[in-house]
Amino acid sequence: MRDRTAIVGVGSTPYYRRGASAPQTRFELAGKAVLAALEDAGLSVTDVDGFAFYSYGLEPGGLTEMLGIPELRFSAVVSAAGGGSAGILDLAAMAVATGRANVVVGMGVSQMTVQRYGSVFTQLPPTPEGAFFSMAGLVGPGQTMAMMARRRMHVFGETREHFAEVAMSTRLYASTRETALKREPMTLDDYFNAPMVADPLCLFDFCLETDGALAFVVTSAERARDLRQPPVLIAASAHGGSMDWGRGFFWQSMPDEAYLTGGHAPVGRRLYEMAQITPDDIDVALLYDHFGPLVLPQLEDYGFCPRGEAGPFVASGALRKGGKLPLNTHGGHLSEAYVIGMTHIREAVEQLRGTAVNQVDGARHALVSGGPAPIPLSGAILRRP
Amino acid sequence: MTVRISKSPPPQFFQFAADAWTEPFWQAAREHRLTACQCASCGRFRMPPTPFCPNCRSQAVEWPELSGRGVIFSFSIVERAVVPAMADYIPYAPALIELPDAPGVRLFSNVVGAPLDEIRIGAPVHAVWEDEVDGASLVRFALGDPP
Repeated sequence: MRDRTAIVGVGSTPYYRRGASAPQTRFELAGKAVLAALEDAGLSVTDVDGFAFYSYGLEPGGLTEMLGIPELRFSAVVSAAGGGSAGILDLAAMAVATGRANVVVGMGVSQMTVQRYGSVFTQLPPTPEGAFFSMAGLVGPGQTMAMMARRRMHVFGETREHFAEVAMSTRLYASTRETALKREPMTLDDYFNAPMVADPLCLFDFCLETDGALAFVVTSAERARDLRQPPVLIAASAHGGSMDWGRGFFWQSMPDEAYLTGGHAPVGRRLYEMAQITPDDIDVALLYDHFGPLVLPQLEDYGFCPRGEAGPFVASGALRKGGKLPLNTHGGHLSEAYVIGMTHIREAVEQLRGTAVNQVDGARHALVSGGPAPIPLSGAILRRP
Repeated sequence: MTVRISKSPPPQFFQFAADAWTEPFWQAAREHRLTACQCASCGRFRMPPTPFCPNCRSQAVEWPELSGRGVIFSFSIVERAVVPAMADYIPYAPALIELPDAPGVRLFSNVVGAPLDEIRIGAPVHAVWEDEVDGASLVRFALGDPP
């Protein structure tokens, strides 16, 4: 699979604050993103013969009819929500590499006209398992992630200053981007003055709530050479995870050691093996930041620092421009937009094309993750040829 | 300065549902007995109760009565009413409780009636019960050993 496929087109709608994309419909947002991605690639709708989704995709039949795609040969869904976001690249790469399809569009769309993520659990239908969960008055993932963050503070000595560094470094990147919904600079005082939501998580540890759609066109590396954009190779892609993280933050019964992780270590091992590189080769990381403090265990899962040392690692300035590992250089979910992992893929592509707003000089390898969340978690390493 | 005490969580978010595998937990709860699902073949505890033991795939289960002792594994203090219905219940303290006599099990529950600054990881707690209007009883935990 390594380097056999490439992302050749990226398309996006504008990013809207929650609900502000109305009266456009989800299909309309999705269609705009797909058409933009194909235009970017220099391909036509009639070239598309596959779709790759995760939970935030769309019904493929409706999409195929709406856009006038003559024949669908591949359509699959990574069986996960945000944790599966990078997995759309895994499905697309597999479909193209095996010859099942020639041009696969991976995509995601978010439109929050009714639901708010902060209270998403209150909308779940009653289930026997959910009864145990709802018993504790947990209304959103932030309250459960808060417990994971608290445990790392207790065991590893992580501090709110470390969490703040993720939020501040990310905001600094967002400040230079037209697309970012939050651009005003954030100081340490700003962070500590933010309302506490679920202690130890404050407002700035939570991602934004955003409407938008993004799409990515994947085809063979061979065909990519003749297209409009410099190809970005899918050097490695994977989704899965260990049973320890099966239900992820929904149950939190993982063994003590696994509890302190982001669940990504198995995905990371497979990615490096497939791409035949090491963490030192990653020039820019786009790690899923539904909650800023959950970036810290991922830094360890992906081998950027030893277990338990992500706090000092971020405190060293590693995540900032010129640092050891520029992270979420688009402003991430915390400050740019939260289209459930999709913006991270876009930024990886822009970095490797050399067109990013906060360009990392000479970036050759970018890492993208989806999750921490119930498995499957997902990741991809993209490469500039 | 006023000592802030952790409240019980908003009751309206509790959504009761049970099946053949989880019903024994709720049945015991109605009698204010804490129990957990244990594999009758290999002895491994598992919560939530599922139809197979992940260790040996046996379907045979037991529901031993537990002491009600717990230890705070981690917790949060909910300070913000994400939805308006929460406002009267702030602050409350969702917590992951480990049960020493059911190794490997953690329950999502709440530490109730506790000064916030005394809620700490590793603190011993004990089960207390809240009876809901619909007949379910919910386990909460209070600081300290059982009386």
